[in-house]
Amino acid sequence: MNRWIPLIVLILAAGWLASSLRPQKNAGAMDLAAFGRLPVLVNGRLKPLDTVARTSLLMLQGRQRVSDPTVSEPFVATPAEWLADVLFNPAKADTYPTFRLSATDSPELLTLMGITEADTKIRYDSAILRTLALADFVPGTRTRFSFNQLQPKLAELDRQAQLAEPIDPQLRTGFQKAVVQLRERVMLYQRLKHSVQMPDSAGFLAEILRFQQGLPAGITAVRARQKGEPHDEAAFQALLAAAERYDIMDKHGYLLTIPPDASEPSPTAWRTAGHVLLETFETQSLNPNVMAYAALGSAWRGREAGQFNEIVRLFREQLGKRFGPQLAKSDVETRFNSAEPFYKSMQLYAVAFLLALCSWLRWPAVLGRSAFYLTLLAFVATTAGIATRMWLEGRPPVTNLYSSALFVGWGSVGLCLILEKTYRNAIGSVAAGVIGFVTLLIAHHLSLSGDTLEMMRAVLDTNLWLATHVVVVTIGYAATFLAGFLALIYVGRGVLTRSLDQGTADALARMVYGIVCFATLCSLIGTVLGGIWADQSWGRFWGWDPKENGAVMIVLWNAIILHARWGGLVRQRGLMGLAIFGNIITSWSWFGTNMLGVGLHSYGFMDAAFYWLLTFVLTQVAVIALAQLPLAKWRSFQNKPA
Amino acid sequence: MTPLVRQFRDFFVSLKLTVVLLALSIVLIFWATLAQVQLGIWGVQEKFFHTFFVLENIPGTAIPVPVFPGGYFLGGLLILNLVAAHLYRFKLEWKKAGIQLTHLGLILLLLGELITSLQQVESNMRLPEGGTMRYSESYRINELAILDTTNPEFNEVVAIPEAVLADGGSIQHPKLPFQIRIRDYYPNAALAMRDQAPLPEFATSVAGSAKGAGSRPEQNSGQIPGGQQAATGPLATAGIGPRVAVTPLRLTYKQDERNAPAAHLEFVGPEGTLGTWLVSPLLGMPQKFDYAGRTWEIALRFKRYYYPFALTLIDFTHEKYAGTDIPKNFASRIHLKTDDAREDREVLIYMNNPLRHAGLTFYQASFEKGDKVSILQVVRNPGWVLPYIACIMMGLGLLVQFGIHLLGFVRKRAAAAAVANSG
Repeated sequence: MNRWIPLIVLILAAGWLASSLRPQKNAGAMDLAAFGRLPVLVNGRLKPLDTVARTSLLMLQGRQRVSDPTVSEPFVATPAEWLADVLFNPAKADTYPTFRLSATDSPELLTLMGITEADTKIRYDSAILRTLALADFVPGTRTRFSFNQLQPKLAELDRQAQLAEPIDPQLRTGFQKAVVQLRERVMLYQRLKHSVQMPDSAGFLAEILRFQQGLPAGITAVRARQKGEPHDEAAFQALLAAAERYDIMDKHGYLLTIPPDASEPSPTAWRTAGHVLLETFETQSLNPNVMAYAALGSAWRGREAGQFNEIVRLFREQLGKRFGPQLAKSDVETRFNSAEPFYKSMQLYAVAFLLALCSWLRWPAVLGRSAFYLTLLAFVATTAGIATRMWLEGRPPVTNLYSSALFVGWGSVGLCLILEKTYRNAIGSVAAGVIGFVTLLIAHHLSLSGDTLEMMRAVLDTNLWLATHVVVVTIGYAATFLAGFLALIYVGRGVLTRSLDQGTADALARMVYGIVCFATLCSLIGTVLGGIWADQSWGRFWGWDPKENGAVMIVLWNAIILHARWGGLVRQRGLMGLAIFGNIITSWSWFGTNMLGVGLHSYGFMDAAFYWLLTFVLTQVAVIALAQLPLAKWRSFQNKPA
Repeated sequence: MTPLVRQFRDFFVSLKLTVVLLALSIVLIFWATLAQVQLGIWGVQEKFFHTFFVLENIPGTAIPVPVFPGGYFLGGLLILNLVAAHLYRFKLEWKKAGIQLTHLGLILLLLGELITSLQQVESNMRLPEGGTMRYSESYRINELAILDTTNPEFNEVVAIPEAVLADGGSIQHPKLPFQIRIRDYYPNAALAMRDQAPLPEFATSVAGSAKGAGSRPEQNSGQIPGGQQAATGPLATAGIGPRVAVTPLRLTYKQDERNAPAAHLEFVGPEGTLGTWLVSPLLGMPQKFDYAGRTWEIALRFKRYYYPFALTLIDFTHEKYAGTDIPKNFASRIHLKTDDAREDREVLIYMNNPLRHAGLTFYQASFEKGDKVSILQVVRNPGWVLPYIACIMMGLGLLVQFGIHLLGFVRKRAAAAAVANSG
């Protein structure tokens, strides 16, 4: 029986994972899934509206769900439905609580926006919920607000943001940062609203049809006016008003929704609806794609499901003539979004970690094996996720900080699986569970700043070096972290429990040593390859850039560990202390150097992250200090003759 | 062997020394990374790496004292330690081949970095579309150029490094019929037309910045009070100088800014003074005067490096991703023509694809003026190939070394498993 339990666990988990791959179902009659798969061009990349909806919601409010704690059902079933409301029915979208403003981030911002305690305080009807709220199990305060709630103070927000913007981002106060961030969020939301129609239009389809009808008369009037001849003033004014409206749409539109005409050779020459409408003044005929989106809007507002679905189908069919492969990519990306392989893997890693931890106390064989299978499954899921991202982007795995977090986790877990296969003592699974979970959590927080499949800036744009230097160096990070983590397990188990017997201790020491060797190899080669890339792209092998310094610090630290061990300067315990300090150096190199805000490599400044980094460093120092306890105080070694 | 020599040897071959040196290197690098926010990338290299000791002033004074070993010191000792240890423990063994190869690669890498720090010359070449350049300009070093332009066929150039101006005193050169007296010199100064800068206010601003500069540690600070000449009236008597006011500024270390020095130079012939000129790279144009039957031009300009070939920019392109301002590629189509006409061809320089020619490397660095001017970075680094070789050696060495370890480990485990199975 015991042999079967791990297999059953594996099959159940695999089934759960596979179920996430099934196509998205629509909650209502409207085919929102098909709508979400329609591609648009944003930030240089053709992506499905589904991705736009998800990343926009993350940027606005840090989560994809649109809901309020006091309302039992979410306002919309999917992010795509929210986007449809923003694009086609902004009056309704303006009532959704989609802007995150929290007193913990900046209480002054709440004051600025006129949000009082009466707005934030949640009063639950049921006594149970009230009790839970006191214990913080359910939210006690509201942190998301609607556009309508913010609207009265937008002018003031604008003024404050203009005051804050000239200040160097690193020198801004918490309030100034919050002001600038909220303004950016409001801008993003407003730009989304201007993407396919004027948000204030009662019926945009009717509006542009009227515009087309009045166009010949209007143009005649303009020409006559230019010559100083008598003209139809009403027709002239109508044309002028239309031009102003479309100009606003062109300037503010966020999505490039209109595909290039058949005569345009460049497949990336997508345009905003406003731009194409302005072109109508020359061509004198409305672009069918603009009309299609306008008709889609009218069907959405009228809840005419048949018509909505038919327009989506026809629009897609039309696009398929030229953009077949892009549509296929768009479909895969939508499926990838809804499958959430990284979120699912996070859950698997958590379970695997708990099972492996328990295996040290009871049923080592059954629980250990189950944990190994779950880790393997999560590893397969993250591998598939990373591979999909690579295919979508046409790039090596690591292109930005977000993907480096994914890859550090992936590399560490891969090494853990090898360790676990060799030693079968659940240490690999525990390490894999924690590192996998934490790196995916870090990745999740990094994804809040927008689409994680970004375009690469020119200087970074070479697949050869991204594939070699970046990948190898990132594996070096992963291995150094893993060595440090194994050392944490050694100290934790040795000091706090009685479970660290001599065999396990020796095995851990061998693991740490092996992983440090591997880390040295990868970080050294990766760093030197980086130097060669630098020599190729800006003419110097080494520039003492903070990121380069960080990388070389990892190499030097690993070299110290190896030399100290070879020279007999440290024994097992010293080795562990050194390996844990490697965690500090690696976290500095990975995140700390980005917080300096200087150098060619700095690709993101993160505030909150700084405190997390500090916390992490302090915990590591604490464990190193703990490891200095005399062996007699270690619970595992207490009853042994020294 | 005397005990003293043995002690000496043991010190230099010890692994303890290696570990200590590596640890000190980490501290140095970390410190330098933090200091970069204040000092900028060049300042850090000079203060921490291209030096034997990191100097800090005693608080409240301008007396520098060494507080930490610098890059040359640590790197030099590391090489010594490495070489000594290998000579002492050298054995021709396959098992050691990996380690030996790795360390040889490391020595090469450190030597390469030393050569680079001593020999590398970096400069910029600004090429407008259709323009031809035969020289590049340094972006940190300036020179005083005195040109004899009498002959329309060619100019005779005397170039005097900025450091000589900073030293003060006077300059006499065999090719010049006059002596140059350095009346004052500022390592960084802003210029303004006098009629546009009301004098009384200007005087206070000069006094203010002179005070600010006084607290600065650089040795040049002593000369700053001379800047108060602006309050009393112009020092310059010839050229554009009398109409220009000079405001000394603090030295900048920011990567996107450069220091613009200024100096007042008095030219003195045997019969007396010819006048005092103001020179600064900010003046843009050289100033002309006639003396001893010849026409002279003077300019304090970015140091120039002349080449026996010419580059012509045919076209500069700057691609962006659709619908964004994110740069996708910069490329310069260049025509290269050497003076001896051996080479006369077109080359394309773009991101990660430099032109290597005549021991120089030309990289696409930047652009200006609505994509009409391309800026190439020009690097002469005789040691550029060393890191490539070092990389291969170290990679191979580590692979061999850890491969041997891994193989041993696998064998041991297999043997242990076999024992366990048979038992």
